[in-house]
Amino acid sequence: MVATERFIGQPVLRKEDPDLLTGQARYIDDWTMPGMVWMAMVRPPYVHATIDGIDTSAAAALPGVVAVYTADDLGLGALPFVWPITEDIKVPVHHALSNDKIRFAGDAVAVVVAETREQAVDAAETVAVRATELPAVTDLEAAAADGAPLIHEDLGTNVTVHWVHGGGGDQGVFDTAPVIVTERYVQPRLIPNAIEPRGCLAYGVQSMGEYTLVSSTQIPHIVKVTLSGVTGIPEQSLRVIAPDVGGGFGSKLNVYAEEALALGIAKKLGRPVKWIEERGENYVATIHGRGVLHDVTLAADEDGKLLGMKFVELADMGAYYQLLTPGIPELGGWVYMGPYDPQAYWYEFRGVVTNTTPTDAYRGAGRPEATYVVERGMDALARKVGKDPAEIRRINLHPPFDEATPFICGLSVDSGNFEPLLDKALELVGYDAMRAEQQARRDRGDAKQLGIGLSTYIEMCGLAPSNILGALRYAAGGWDGATIECLPLGEVILKTGTSPHGQGHETSWAQIVADGLGVDPDKVTVLHGDTMITPLGMDTYGSRSLSVGGVAIHFAMEKVKEKARTIAAHELEVAEDDLEWSDGSFRVKGAPEKARTIPEVALSAWHAHALPDGVEPSLHATAVYDPKNFTWPSGAHACVVEVDTETGRTEIVKYVAVDDCGTVINPMIVEGQVHGGVAQGVAEALYEEAIYDEAGNLMTSSMTQYLIPSAVEIPRMITDNSQETPSSTNPLGVKGIGEAGTIASPPAVINAVVDAVSHLGVTEVGKPASPERVWRAIREARGGEGGSA
Amino acid sequence: MTHVSLTVNGEQHEADVEPRTLLVYFLREDLGLTGTNVGCDTSSCGACTVHLDGESVKSCTVLAVQADGREVTTIEAMATDGELSPLQDAFHRHHGLQCGYCTPGMIMAASSFLKENPAPTEEEVREALEGNLCRCTGYQNIVESILDAAGQPSGARA
Repeated sequence: MVATERFIGQPVLRKEDPDLLTGQARYIDDWTMPGMVWMAMVRPPYVHATIDGIDTSAAAALPGVVAVYTADDLGLGALPFVWPITEDIKVPVHHALSNDKIRFAGDAVAVVVAETREQAVDAAETVAVRATELPAVTDLEAAAADGAPLIHEDLGTNVTVHWVHGGGGDQGVFDTAPVIVTERYVQPRLIPNAIEPRGCLAYGVQSMGEYTLVSSTQIPHIVKVTLSGVTGIPEQSLRVIAPDVGGGFGSKLNVYAEEALALGIAKKLGRPVKWIEERGENYVATIHGRGVLHDVTLAADEDGKLLGMKFVELADMGAYYQLLTPGIPELGGWVYMGPYDPQAYWYEFRGVVTNTTPTDAYRGAGRPEATYVVERGMDALARKVGKDPAEIRRINLHPPFDEATPFICGLSVDSGNFEPLLDKALELVGYDAMRAEQQARRDRGDAKQLGIGLSTYIEMCGLAPSNILGALRYAAGGWDGATIECLPLGEVILKTGTSPHGQGHETSWAQIVADGLGVDPDKVTVLHGDTMITPLGMDTYGSRSLSVGGVAIHFAMEKVKEKARTIAAHELEVAEDDLEWSDGSFRVKGAPEKARTIPEVALSAWHAHALPDGVEPSLHATAVYDPKNFTWPSGAHACVVEVDTETGRTEIVKYVAVDDCGTVINPMIVEGQVHGGVAQGVAEALYEEAIYDEAGNLMTSSMTQYLIPSAVEIPRMITDNSQETPSSTNPLGVKGIGEAGTIASPPAVINAVVDAVSHLGVTEVGKPASPERVWRAIREARGGEGGSA
Repeated sequence: MTHVSLTVNGEQHEADVEPRTLLVYFLREDLGLTGTNVGCDTSSCGACTVHLDGESVKSCTVLAVQADGREVTTIEAMATDGELSPLQDAFHRHHGLQCGYCTPGMIMAASSFLKENPAPTEEEVREALEGNLCRCTGYQNIVESILDAAGQPSGARA
């Protein structure tokens, strides 16, 4: 930044908070319209069945019911799937309402429209579906096996995609290396559980053919383009608004059946149509995450120096592809080298369809899955060669670099300086003292044993260079836009293409503008999440908002300042080269008291009384930024746990997160992102798991069965973001922080749990490390009954 | 329909409600007080927490008819003339919220807790929040906010 930085790097309090704190926010369920009708989905009690008939007559006759629709009534096209990652990928046909089979518990076959919410829900329960049940398969390996029940008969197999990243380097090392570590790691499905369920409201003017969809979404721009195709509403006649959105974590990075249906019904009926997801529906009808198993091979020399890293993954796609489904493991496919420097690399995965909710992006999206197996593998390697887990990482970390540097994964990493992050984490966690305490407890044979877990990671975010996305067969680009309008009375409007849902963009973006244009953040209004107001955008996911959308702001400011310089020079009667940007103004070199601020120039540009020849009135500019590389945050996390060897219960004693996200705009917000990310990772490591019974029913189908941790379970965290290695990808030097905590923490926690009981012979406890699993692992290692759960 | 008469945020309301109407929907849809949010259908998340006769309750587990003759306070009444309450202000200063969806419930739960226990330890704050789920913050800054509002030091112990 050329401006003096008065606000960047400061913990500016959030502009978003007053509305949210006083109940004045407007989430989707707070929207209502005259003449509005309600929609309820009919999801029959089957997970795999052939539909023999649907009788809607009872529902249609109920009071308040306006209409009942089945698959063929609304003329909707197939739901969007935008990432066909290989040429020969098999793509299941996915409609908003199914008319042939029910393939998972969230598969809707009809939709009821009624005057009230209650009438719609009551009527939906009376729709009679005759169906022939088929054997269900929810287990990944069972679904991939020969002879498994087929989810989509027309595809001829449940293994619908095979992506081979292949290898860099000499693949022979996996046979010839002195040390070979092979491990298998299972990562169960997770259910995102944004506290606000999904919901939408569609309305329009039939005679004009113009429609608006208000949706609790992370991606209004992508929803607009894709649903234009599904509904046949021309793109210029469709507006999508993301109102206040109550959390996403990837679960609202999607285009869902209900959004298409609401628009289709609004178009058909000419009335506003609203749908609000019930939590029970959310568990089966909103995407899940993870659900993978990995076979890991690490090749090393006798000292534990990595020679090769190889990962073969089986990934659960669920019953259909949602927007990105097979792209998620692929996204992880670029970070299996971690922050290390192996000489050989192999990654491949097979995607398998099952009778379960589709998987898609859940916070971290592919990179947590990868980091988990890399970091678990590093601990296994440490045990194998008899080295401390900190030491095995230290000797393998890639040396520091500040320009884009090719890594073995095939992409160039923007910048990195990994070892100081590890040192800082060890220092903050008190590593040596903790190891001494651990040894003392082991010597005493305490019931409560101490374990220390580390995780050093790198992540690829800032999605994404459009040319790389194209090469990866993703249908869209990865750019983002920003428009700056300098108003005559000194206010600035920023229109951003990002679509925040808790990340505080209104505040951080205002800080960037304030420093760039020499104004106060309070003078900057940030508009977002409405395709009519901010048409140029690619939305918020993949820790991309700052490193793409935020950088677009920088370039829009450059354009504004270029024009402002011309006007200022004209007014000050000097050449443009005689001006310098200093202390928030254009100043005459050598005579700094002769100056023009941006608000002064904005007024001149507005009244336009004396503009230089050829200069258009109004001070505004738009920039669209397409990054030339991803951004690559990194860090080191350390977790200390106490494991009760008699009950298997784990308690986190200390948690340290050291993350390098490049330039920090707002350290308060960065810390908040780390807290939330780590909490979700701790949840993944110790509590959360989607469990299906043998018949394919989701057993963890409510918040009473699926263990979302409360303030009691989540530990106090120590964070450090003081190392700011600037990204070489963008002029702000920013990298991103939204997912780092979720990527780094699960292996840190599980490594700690295993470490606590490794002296008993335990090498694996499973994830989540529930008391039962840990207890069984200890018993099995001691030669008793039990076995892994 | 059943007739109810109750005080909400200091104002008297008379209404005819269906017996099955939950208090949260009565507040949101009949009175237009949409600050109270619904996050689940199992009384697990606490987003819908309000005060009933000064005690925090999950308004998705209370029928509107059960509030008959009683006094309800919602998030809309916590700030006075546009001034945040000390608890709301502490959430603002400590970044105790991100998406904000759980926040009204957190504020209502915390304010009733602080009346019972004006000088809590960190552990007591965490236990008091057990029925209120947040997916964004990892709770740390929520806990800090509540301790600060109570004038307790960060990480206060017994």
